[in-house]
Amino acid sequence: MQGGNILESKLNLNPELIRSARSAASSIAEQTQEFINKNTTVTVERTVARLLGVDGVDEIDKPLPNVLIDSIKESGGLSRGAAFWIGNAMVQTGKTPQEIAEAVSSGELEITKLPVADEKKIQEVVYETAKKTVERIKNNREKRNNYLNTIGEGSQPYLYVIVATGNIYEDVIQAQAAARQGADIIAVIRTTAQSLLDYVPYGPTTEGFGGTYATQENFRIMRKALDQVGEEVGRYIRLCNYCSGLCMPEIAAMGAMERLDVMLNDALYGILFRDINMQRTLVDQYFSRIINGFAGVIINTGEDNYLTTADAYEEAYTVLASQFINEQFALKAGLPEEQMGLGHAFEMNPMIENGFLYELAQAQMAREIFPKAPLKYMPPTKYMTGNIFRGHLQDAMFNFISVWTHQGLQLLGMPTEAIHTPHLQDRMLSIENAQYIFNNARDIGDEVEYKKDGIIQRRAQDVLTKAEELLKEIEKEGMFDTIEKGKFGGVKRSYTGGKGLAGVVEKDEKYFNPFIDLMLGGAK
Amino acid sequence: MENIQKVDLTKIKPYGDTLNDGMVQMSFTLPVPYGDEASEAAKQLAEKMGFDDPAVVFSKDLGVGYTYFVMYGKCTHTVDYTNIEVPKVDMEFMDREEVEEYIKENIKRDVVIVGACTGTDAHTVGIDAIMNMKGFDGNYGLERYKGIEAINMGSQVLNEELIAKAIEVKADAILVSQVVTQKDVHIANLTQLVEMMEAEGLRDKMILICGGPRINHELAQELGYDAGFGSGSYANHVATFVVKQIVERNLI
Repeated sequence: MQGGNILESKLNLNPELIRSARSAASSIAEQTQEFINKNTTVTVERTVARLLGVDGVDEIDKPLPNVLIDSIKESGGLSRGAAFWIGNAMVQTGKTPQEIAEAVSSGELEITKLPVADEKKIQEVVYETAKKTVERIKNNREKRNNYLNTIGEGSQPYLYVIVATGNIYEDVIQAQAAARQGADIIAVIRTTAQSLLDYVPYGPTTEGFGGTYATQENFRIMRKALDQVGEEVGRYIRLCNYCSGLCMPEIAAMGAMERLDVMLNDALYGILFRDINMQRTLVDQYFSRIINGFAGVIINTGEDNYLTTADAYEEAYTVLASQFINEQFALKAGLPEEQMGLGHAFEMNPMIENGFLYELAQAQMAREIFPKAPLKYMPPTKYMTGNIFRGHLQDAMFNFISVWTHQGLQLLGMPTEAIHTPHLQDRMLSIENAQYIFNNARDIGDEVEYKKDGIIQRRAQDVLTKAEELLKEIEKEGMFDTIEKGKFGGVKRSYTGGKGLAGVVEKDEKYFNPFIDLMLGGAK
Repeated sequence: MENIQKVDLTKIKPYGDTLNDGMVQMSFTLPVPYGDEASEAAKQLAEKMGFDDPAVVFSKDLGVGYTYFVMYGKCTHTVDYTNIEVPKVDMEFMDREEVEEYIKENIKRDVVIVGACTGTDAHTVGIDAIMNMKGFDGNYGLERYKGIEAINMGSQVLNEELIAKAIEVKADAILVSQVVTQKDVHIANLTQLVEMMEAEGLRDKMILICGGPRINHELAQELGYDAGFGSGSYANHVATFVVKQIVERNLI
């Protein structure tokens, strides 16, 4: 279960409570992992196909990984895994995985009807191809490290901004401008509702609603632009996208191949906020996190979203409980703590007396409980009103807490939140706001301590106590029942409800996925 | 005191610190490189917008050959305030208790309201604020109201699903929330719902309301809705409108 040791708690948190909460979360993840290990999904298998080199679309723009996996699924072969069938076809036909997918698409090959070759032989060809992709991803990691060691990076909290024009080429202009103004991370907002597509679109996006599609081509275009501007400004600029929805592992794979650095990747978000079936998401998140872990990608978890539906003051403990669970799921997928951007948010009603103290207490608490995690801190959104001047102040308060409590990734609030997706100047004003405060109060966290049993200490202790109670309850009831009862974000989801359940398939005894083996455990 | 000018409501203009000084603050970006020429361009543009004495008080290089300006100018135009007409939901809003009492006295059965964030829109903040138990900013949502059965279908609901639900539960009113308005996606979506309801012969039988930060009553009526609620609306506003309409339109 790991989790760093707290040397000295400024909040006087009880280490025994933290240990107990973490142990409950670990046992919750363990119970769920038993289910995960028995199952695979259509997107997990499409990911295997992609990682073996299948890409492109057919004449009606259906991605070839979908064509291939649908064909295997329809003939009842998916429980054996795509790797088996692709490997067998490679042995029997001498074709590459891409050529095989094309042959399936044109109808000249029925992949599950070929005679079955020797299993050893199948594994041999599959592993040989798989290792090449794994090597490519490893090289991407090295390239990132090389950049970090040569041109360097901004200091934490990283300034994290979004671009969302809907046109990837326009996004490039905005992203490069943001980098020149001081941004460290650029997130390219995904077009509304991609999370509910059971395929990953292909090619560059020039007309998206509220963002662009997460496509491999879009990743490539933005990566190139950020490397360019990074070299120019002398700072590695990280690229972020969204590894969520019905295609979590596929997007992780595309990101790993195109050197994305940060991915939204929550174990529960899709279930709660996109009504994706819980069995589906739990299996999908596992493989997606193995890939992200191996690729050196910092994941962002989505606890901040609970606070947009539930009350930020009253429900703070559900955020902490979920962070513990996300941490344990991530560890199961071999994702190191240093890559866990556990999420939380500055979302309390600004009219609460001493609200700043409560926010400070919670941010400090997250810092102490997850000492190695680059915490992702989300700005006020719910109580942003269109009063851009007050909004700018709310963002300033948020920035102040972030530098004070050493947050890792600071998603910058925009004064125009609740009005429109950010304009060029909004982003500049937000970056200026954060830079001013981060610099002006850089070491405040090391200088100031909290009054014993004061408002701040008591708030943090209270949230921890409630989170521990909730985790013990979940441990007793199990993850699935807990979600059915609506304990997170006040959202209830049923075990067999939601989207994507038809894509879950139980593995048979001969199932294999070479990438779990090759990637699990990070650099191994 | 008698030296102070009186406001002429037929000719109003912005107020800075003296009546009719016309002072306006504004900020915008021009796609030209930072420098004196950029500032001059901003000033000339402000003049064309109808500002006298435009002044660039701050400008900044945005890093892609674009420049940001903060400006002041004196507005030369005026507006006749006495001739303004704004269509709005024009009624005395009742509070929660009054709505509950009104239902008990005048409708004498549960009022059913179905709400959703439709189309691709995944932002439930608005519909949650109006419908969920907790409400927003100290104003309880419709779920809390005695005599109202509130069904919040959540986000990304298709218009078809919304209508099917409304028929299933015999809804008195449908609430549609639209937050994402980029490229006017909400207009197409809201229009489609009205058309589908008309095709089903439901339009007159149900009260149809839309809401969202970029929605107002005028737009809503143009699109064929009974009412539109923008920012600053609470559950009791929507509830008042619905229950009064039920009685007025004899939908009891």
